[in-house]
Amino acid sequence: MSVSNFSDKLFSKAAMRGIFAIVVFVLIWEVGARSEQWFGYRFPFIGLVPPPTDVFVSWGGLIADPSYWQSWYMSFLRVFGGFAAAMVIGIPMGLLMAVNKASYGIIFPSFEVLRPIPPLAWVPASIIFWPTQELSIAFVTFLGAFYTIVINVLGGAKSINKQFLQAAQSMGASQWDIFRRIVLPATLPSIVVGSAVGMGITWEVVVAAEMISGGGSSGGGAGGGLGFFIWSSYVGGSYEQIIVGMISIGIAGYISSELLRQLGGLLTPWLKTR
Amino acid sequence: MSAVIDENLGSLADVTDGAISIKDVVKIYDPDGAAVMAVDHCSIEIPAGEICMIVGPSGCGKTTLLNAIAGFHGITSGSIHLDGELLCGPEKPQAEPGSDRIVVFQNGALFPWKTNLDNVAFGPMMAGKLSKEEIYDKARSMMADAGLSGNENNYPGEISSGLRRRVEIVRALMNDPKVLLFDEPYRALDSLTKSVMHEALLEIYYRNKVTIFFITHDLEEAIFLGHRLIIMSSRPCKPKKIVEVDIPHPRDYSVLTSPRFRELMNEAKDVVHEEATKAFEAGEKEG
Repeated sequence: MSVSNFSDKLFSKAAMRGIFAIVVFVLIWEVGARSEQWFGYRFPFIGLVPPPTDVFVSWGGLIADPSYWQSWYMSFLRVFGGFAAAMVIGIPMGLLMAVNKASYGIIFPSFEVLRPIPPLAWVPASIIFWPTQELSIAFVTFLGAFYTIVINVLGGAKSINKQFLQAAQSMGASQWDIFRRIVLPATLPSIVVGSAVGMGITWEVVVAAEMISGGGSSGGGAGGGLGFFIWSSYVGGSYEQIIVGMISIGIAGYISSELLRQLGGLLTPWLKTR
Repeated sequence: MSAVIDENLGSLADVTDGAISIKDVVKIYDPDGAAVMAVDHCSIEIPAGEICMIVGPSGCGKTTLLNAIAGFHGITSGSIHLDGELLCGPEKPQAEPGSDRIVVFQNGALFPWKTNLDNVAFGPMMAGKLSKEEIYDKARSMMADAGLSGNENNYPGEISSGLRRRVEIVRALMNDPKVLLFDEPYRALDSLTKSVMHEALLEIYYRNKVTIFFITHDLEEAIFLGHRLIIMSSRPCKPKKIVEVDIPHPRDYSVLTSPRFRELMNEAKDVVHEEATKAFEAGEKEG
């Protein structure tokens, strides 16, 4: 992307609308949060929230604080660790169930019984059976992405246009060729979608797991991740920092999704042309 | 296209491979105990290199016959031979799919994740008889011959549906098939695009003569393209009337307005209409 291209994008109508919406949102928030101070009347709900200016001041102080960035790092590590494990195990499992009836028969029933259990319900059990706190958080994070990825891969691989398979078969493709050159690329869009959804769930889960388990083995604010950062801010009564933590998670989730979208676009170039 | 304007273009004398012999084929579907006869003692002889148009109302069982030749489904009884070799018969109800019989599907089956060039090269790459370079050279020149230059590196989703059909035919021809099996490939195209596609198909055919087994319910298409029309009865499917199209090849769109074309249309129309009415009254659904 060239520089002019980038600035075109930044100042495009769509971008301006987005920026405008954010500015209006922040303004309403500021006015609402300072309503008691300015009008002598506290707005319901929003009047109790720290105003954005205070949040930004608090954030400014944190940017120089390494333990704040350590929280980012820990959460990212857990999210990507759990997510990578979910991909590595989930994609082959979904494909295997799609192409092999026996595996489907063996795996799918247990899978469907385990799937409705929310990842967070696993927290106590995983704290018990994983040797370290870190592993139990990673495991719960893994579960968040795992089910979604398997279900999407399975659905995608099962709904392949039968004529693709027939055409490949007529043209002399072997079973392995059909898997590698037809089933796999035909399932890629579903893998990408499943991963994107799974990534979202992963962030939801990691934050909750960090809060519940008290921030991992390294303990305290430093090793706790963004979820623990919010929790300790709440316990410590720093309401501005709660908001900083929340916005940080929003940004972190957005960065993760955007990375996945870019990667997904590179893997499925034919979809851009539709 | 001066090179192809030749008296011999319509002649089948120089084609040696691709004779299909369908004998007494019966296909009964038995999904849940309720046996449905899709094809009833159907016999058709197709000489090598002929464009044979199978005409019939929607859902009459034409596609069942095509799937049996391609090896996608089995038959209940009867036999099908290709150049004297058994494809399927009493001992072997389902033929093996093979690159000597390539289907051009109704909705198209180009792989959307491969570029047009990669699609065209797919068959020979799977066969593995030629080097990659030879295959891609051949693919490029076949695409150029079919007027597809410049579309090599596009994905199928980036080109018009008419061009996609052309790519699919070129992909089929790259396998050096004896028979091309068309399953109403132009059904979804508008009539103007269709007429362009018909001429393009004939041009390709004049250059690479193979037997063409072409399913359609469009009479104009059938008479314009075919050496012969086999008009099928509504379900169960069996030949009802054969119309020889004696309009000489090469043909172009001017034959559509010729008196002989109109005569043939009228000859075929009554039979087709009668079967279509039967099919409609029987409440046959698309199949």
